Amino acid sequence: MKKECLKPYLYLAAPLLLMGVFFFYPLLMALNISLLDYSRDIFTPDFIGLRNYQRLFTSPHFWQAFTNTAIFTVGVVPAMVTLPIILAVLLNARLKGIEVFRVLIYLPVVISMVVVGIAWKWLYAKDGLINYFLDGIGLPRVEWLVNPDIALYAVMVVVVWKGLAYYMMMYLAQLQSVPDELYDAAVIDGAGTLQKHWHVTLPHLRPTLLLVAVISTIGSLKVFTEIYVMTRGGPLGSTRTLVYYIYERAFENLDLGIASAAGLVLMVILLVLSLIQIRYFQRFDDEPLPSRHGGNAL
Amino acid sequence: MKKALHYLALILLVVISVGPFLWLLSTALKSPEENIFATGTLSLLPQKPTLDNFTTVWNQVSIGSYMINSIVVAAITVFLNLIFSVLAAYPLARMRFRGRQAFFVAILTTMMIPFQVIMIPLYLIMLKFGLTDASSLADFPPINAWFGLAIPFAISGFGIFFVRQALVGLPKELEESAVLDGCNSFQILTRVLVPLIYPTLATLAVFTFMASWGEFLWPSIILSEEQHFTLPVGLVYLQGAFSANWKLIAAGTVLSMLPIIAFFLLLQRYFVSGSLAGSVKG
Repeated sequence: MKKECLKPYLYLAAPLLLMGVFFFYPLLMALNISLLDYSRDIFTPDFIGLRNYQRLFTSPHFWQAFTNTAIFTVGVVPAMVTLPIILAVLLNARLKGIEVFRVLIYLPVVISMVVVGIAWKWLYAKDGLINYFLDGIGLPRVEWLVNPDIALYAVMVVVVWKGLAYYMMMYLAQLQSVPDELYDAAVIDGAGTLQKHWHVTLPHLRPTLLLVAVISTIGSLKVFTEIYVMTRGGPLGSTRTLVYYIYERAFENLDLGIASAAGLVLMVILLVLSLIQIRYFQRFDDEPLPSRHGGNAL
Repeated sequence: MKKALHYLALILLVVISVGPFLWLLSTALKSPEENIFATGTLSLLPQKPTLDNFTTVWNQVSIGSYMINSIVVAAITVFLNLIFSVLAAYPLARMRFRGRQAFFVAILTTMMIPFQVIMIPLYLIMLKFGLTDASSLADFPPINAWFGLAIPFAISGFGIFFVRQALVGLPKELEESAVLDGCNSFQILTRVLVPLIYPTLATLAVFTFMASWGEFLWPSIILSEEQHFTLPVGLVYLQGAFSANWKLIAAGTVLSMLPIIAFFLLLQRYFVSGSLAGSVKG
């Protein structure tokens, strides 16, 4: 009997120990580090209370990173929510060879961000292919990653480009559960292609829409690798995002205190979003998805 | 007519999706004399294709080591993640015990901790344990660094959650009949339950593999020796090493893509489910 009671804990022991060492302990450590000043001596930092938070909130670099991240998110999320729907509708058709198209369009999702960043850096180069095409149609060249007014938007394009097919697959999975009869009925009622999608497709995608919004927001707030590869936060800090700021403070300036404080601020923002996400999932765990009962959305 | 337009739209999408990679490939295949810049006339296809750029890159940077490091680290991460996920998910899904709900909630909270918050302490911990490449300087294979790279991702709240969801759905009678056959709880797990959730485990494996393969932030923090780089870190290094020599940069980048493309074409179905699995993680 005794042995029986211990069994669950035995299975949980190793995983929980690892989580303790590599998640919970570091989290507590991060809280502690955010209260320390490493500038005098990195091995015996001084306790300075909430001074790092004060430094953080009065730092123009932090606010620049914060604003850049906000612009980035506001720009990327609507594109991630809407554009993949068009792709999903195009790829949902029963056409010959459609699987081949799906695989090819999915390629940017599979390829790592660093490779994608390099490929686009080459396209965006001053003497790169995009500017060559601009020459060809008689437009002036653009210094995509060099002009501080443009660089952030140029990076956003890459992020959207890489994410499109990912969100497309989420929509596609949902679309495939829309019964054909609904489209047939819409056509009989005299709906054109656009009306058909407006009245049948969109209502079916509504739960996915919200999910994509939340996931792409969380992803946008954590953007780092694409920035590191393409612009290193430049020019003039115009592409410095929150995570890039944390990285720079921690591993280039060795200012671990302010970096941890910034990390915790990021965590609080993400926590709020995650809670929304969890509430959302609980709602849809309880309720059957609209698709399952034949789409009463019409 | 409508069908033709549909195909046209699809082809356009493929060009947009694959084009940037093809341009890298085309650049990598161009011979030394050929122009690759938009200064003169630029041709989309290489005039005299050559593999010289690939051999040059292969000889000048340790791209072979980067591949080995990336593959080994991904393998260790996937292997450990599957084991720990199954071990933790089993009691959470199939047993009743005191504190079950509390453990589950604690595990789920780890999904909300962004890696960017714990990476600084984690770096200090790894230094203490000697799991950075500072402790295996210039060695190859860099066993310490491999484990240092894998360990933060060797266990994940998401993996546990994902396996638990699959195990919860299995009928209760499975254990009852296994007990009658004289199985102990570990045998029930390994012989009865695990074989029933292979598709879930395969999905989790591919998800974990992709995350590990593409990871840049953590390896860039703990690695400093060129021999120990994983592909993403190595590619960034290579970009600096060849500065503006885009033929060589492109060649190195194309080489680095080969393993993942092969893997993707072999396991397409799991790649799609594996990447979508992450949608509950965010």
